[in-house]
Amino acid sequence: MHQLWLIPGLPLVGFFLLVLGHGRFTRSLARLIGVGSIAIAALITLWVALDFYSPGAAQTYQVELWPWLTAGELEVSFGLYLDGLSLSMLFVVTGVGSLIHWYASGYMWQDPDYQRFFAYMNLFVAAMLMLVLADNLVLLFLGWEGVGVCSFLLIGFWYQDPANGYAARKAFIVTRVGDTAFAIGLFLLYRELGTLDLPSIMVLAPEKFVVGANQPTLIATLLLAGAVGKSAQLPLHIWLPDAMAGPTPVSALIHAATMVTAGVYLIARTHGVFLQAPDVLLAVAFIGLFTLLISGFTALNQTDIKRVLAYSTMSQIGYMFFALGVGAWSESIFHLMTHALFKALLFMTAGSIILALHHEQDIRLMGGLRRQLPVPFWCFVIGSACLVALPPTSGFFSKEAILNASWQLPVYGPWFWAGGVLGAFITAIYSFRLLFLVFFGAEKVQPHEPKGWQFHPPLIILATLSLVAGWFVLPTGDVLPSSPAGHPPMWTIVVAIGLPLLGIGIAYQVYVRHKWQGLRLAHWQRLRQFWFQGFGFDGLYRRLFLTPFTSLAQVNRNDIIDGLPTLLIQLSRFLHRLFSQLQNGQLRAYIATLASAAIIILALAISTVGK
Amino acid sequence: MDNQYIDHAIILAGILFCLGLVGVMVRRNLLFMMISIEVMLNASALAFIAAGSAWNQAEGQIMFLAVITLGAAEVAVGLGLTLLLFRHHNSVDVDQLNKLRG
Repeated sequence: MHQLWLIPGLPLVGFFLLVLGHGRFTRSLARLIGVGSIAIAALITLWVALDFYSPGAAQTYQVELWPWLTAGELEVSFGLYLDGLSLSMLFVVTGVGSLIHWYASGYMWQDPDYQRFFAYMNLFVAAMLMLVLADNLVLLFLGWEGVGVCSFLLIGFWYQDPANGYAARKAFIVTRVGDTAFAIGLFLLYRELGTLDLPSIMVLAPEKFVVGANQPTLIATLLLAGAVGKSAQLPLHIWLPDAMAGPTPVSALIHAATMVTAGVYLIARTHGVFLQAPDVLLAVAFIGLFTLLISGFTALNQTDIKRVLAYSTMSQIGYMFFALGVGAWSESIFHLMTHALFKALLFMTAGSIILALHHEQDIRLMGGLRRQLPVPFWCFVIGSACLVALPPTSGFFSKEAILNASWQLPVYGPWFWAGGVLGAFITAIYSFRLLFLVFFGAEKVQPHEPKGWQFHPPLIILATLSLVAGWFVLPTGDVLPSSPAGHPPMWTIVVAIGLPLLGIGIAYQVYVRHKWQGLRLAHWQRLRQFWFQGFGFDGLYRRLFLTPFTSLAQVNRNDIIDGLPTLLIQLSRFLHRLFSQLQNGQLRAYIATLASAAIIILALAISTVGK
Repeated sequence: MDNQYIDHAIILAGILFCLGLVGVMVRRNLLFMMISIEVMLNASALAFIAAGSAWNQAEGQIMFLAVITLGAAEVAVGLGLTLLLFRHHNSVDVDQLNKLRG
């Protein structure tokens, strides 16, 4: 496992090479560095995993690369920590990451800023791996901010369009709200426990905190705020749909597979603190549930193919939070993994469609692409099946496990379960609405399918993985608390399988056979508008925060506080004008002044001496 | 010189000093201003001599020598500057040489 440092190191080296050689490398060389560094990191991950799984190997591995900060009692090292949880995340980040890089090398080939793109992507992967492998929360925060910056840079990658820059700023600022809370949470955690070392926190938190006391509740709330911002959950979720302004591989890598799941990872990583704050854990479940329902309803009538996928990402991360909240820790990470696979697949397929249609993203202008784009079609079917959790795809295993665990929860259990199943039902409708609108119906456009070794192989590999990932076993069992035992009644499983099928049936009737048109949202204009705008959160925040802020800025246009320094300037300028009158260039006037002043001073001196 | 004459010498020095000061203030010609400054210098030198002799101290004469040296140096520099000014501006009128006003 001593090669562990190479895993974040290689993408970082790739980033520096690409940045330093900017404009000097050919496209092929940039591709070799950009994709190669991630691919080798993925191979090293496999090597490390072989070590990890070998019989008798230690189940945790910690290495301090070098000391980072030393201030008083605070000692922060640049250290890596590997256990089952971080290994699972490593698989996702390097595995899915290298496939997406592979795909992106073809997708971005025509772009004039090919090299800049891969520099950002490599930096992102390096930061994400740092986040995942950090052995203390400060280093984790470094990676956390690093991925935030890369997300900003890549959303605004096509910065020539002001709208993209706006989306990038929005994403950065909204997540910054959560990050600030996260940082304050870290300070409090250090004050209470005296350490930010992750293994020590796991040991100390249960010893020093009383369950349900104020400190763990406050700290967990602040950490949750950070996670909510990063993972686009209620109420800091508004940035993710706009983040789709970035290139599609970016959406696949950052805004579906890896970065947005960092919040889930954070909560799982600090579960020692969250377990001492059951109220916050319940809040996690509620946030997940509301997000998955709201974003599901919003996804129902979006017209942009990437926005539908963005809302479904929010909804699926909602499931992960939901799982964390109901105590299904390992299931949450399992769903994270399967979601990373099938959502990356869906995004990359969407990317192929967008490229085939010359950057057209409006699904109302698509249709009948089934015959012209067979490979993307089948990949999209597989991805949608996973998203809808049809057995026996990977999504089925992870979502069923979460729903079963939620049923076990005391008091709220069945309600949570019902909410989750309703979410699955909506998921079925919106994902198959998307599928039917894009691939079925009348042929409206003539696509030019991108072909080549960068396009189909990654899609097919991901599709295969999405299908079989349900049988994978992640090594998280030793790290995370076990989920509630017991089996829910049989009928719940039948309902959980049946409702998504019903949803698909409804979508088929409405969007392929054009029956049951009464169900179309077009008949309820106001509701449609409300859902289309994502339950009006953007407008609400505009009215709550933006408008007061801008009107305050309007009032303070001349900067009231600035008046005091300005007054000083005015005063000294006035005095300057006054006294510069004296300096008139008349030598004789100077002498007269000098003489009269001397006389006055002498007179004063003499009169004083006289007394 | 006796003690009683010091008043006369100081009054003479004062009159000379005032004459010089008035000369500096009213004259516009730089050359005459320098002559007036010379008068003021010598007035102060006279006061030193008188005081030195009144108290029988040698410092007065020493100061006189210093003042003479100072005056010679001042004349050397001042005349050089005046010469240059005349070459540049064709005038030694200080009222016209007022470029340094604020």
